[in-house]
Amino acid sequence: MNTAASVARLMGFSEERVEDLKTAVAEACINAMEHGNKLDDSLSVSVILSMDENSLEVKVTDNGEGPQTTTDAPDIDRKMQEEEDARGMGMFLIQALVDEVEWVSSPPAGSYARMVIHLHLDHPHA
Amino acid sequence: MPELITRVTVEELPAASGDPIAVLRFSGDITSASQPAVMGTYEGLPDTVKRILLDFSKVEYLNSSGIALIIQMMIAASKRGQKINSFGLSPHFKKVFTMVGITKYTSLFEDEASACAAFS
Repeated sequence: MNTAASVARLMGFSEERVEDLKTAVAEACINAMEHGNKLDDSLSVSVILSMDENSLEVKVTDNGEGPQTTTDAPDIDRKMQEEEDARGMGMFLIQALVDEVEWVSSPPAGSYARMVIHLHLDHPHA
Repeated sequence: MPELITRVTVEELPAASGDPIAVLRFSGDITSASQPAVMGTYEGLPDTVKRILLDFSKVEYLNSSGIALIIQMMIAASKRGQKINSFGLSPHFKKVFTMVGITKYTSLFEDEASACAAFS
């Protein structure tokens, strides 16, 4: 998370975008460990950074079968009424905080979340 | 990056009018591992407490599981007829709280004084 943030700062991303990326990468890593690798300590999660002049891509890989949760916006009223789990907001946050995201399921090789932020875009949620 | 332990301290502040305010001051990280610290501290408050102030100014990191704990606290507070105000969130986490809709159930303030005043 901090390595991705350092690279983003070096590329010239604003502190707000760096914070967005840190949260998205952290959520992707948690999903990879909990849902992908089922908290199996013997399995690893990889974080791969790639960049060009205007974009930073972060790929988070695990050994699972792909996402089991949803990118739907959380319904806070349903959560408060205990009709919806209080958790389950990670993928929504990732999608909301980066410019591009895709989840690729490719068992048995594993799965990954690919997130991209672009330098030239004003963030839609700023 | 090693995860920081969640610490929660409780203070009681007199209010300008009405019931006193119980302040829960968080520090460190708030994640899924924070359940005992967050909910344990909240559940230790007496039922007579009706005003709760959450101080996030010393929180280093908060993730969606940590936000879920805050929602659990808000659910419990709603059942006990308690009102929750919050302050000290960074601009980024204010945005995240707004995105997930928590601001419908707790108001976010810049500082402790304005959060306390809003209880009146």
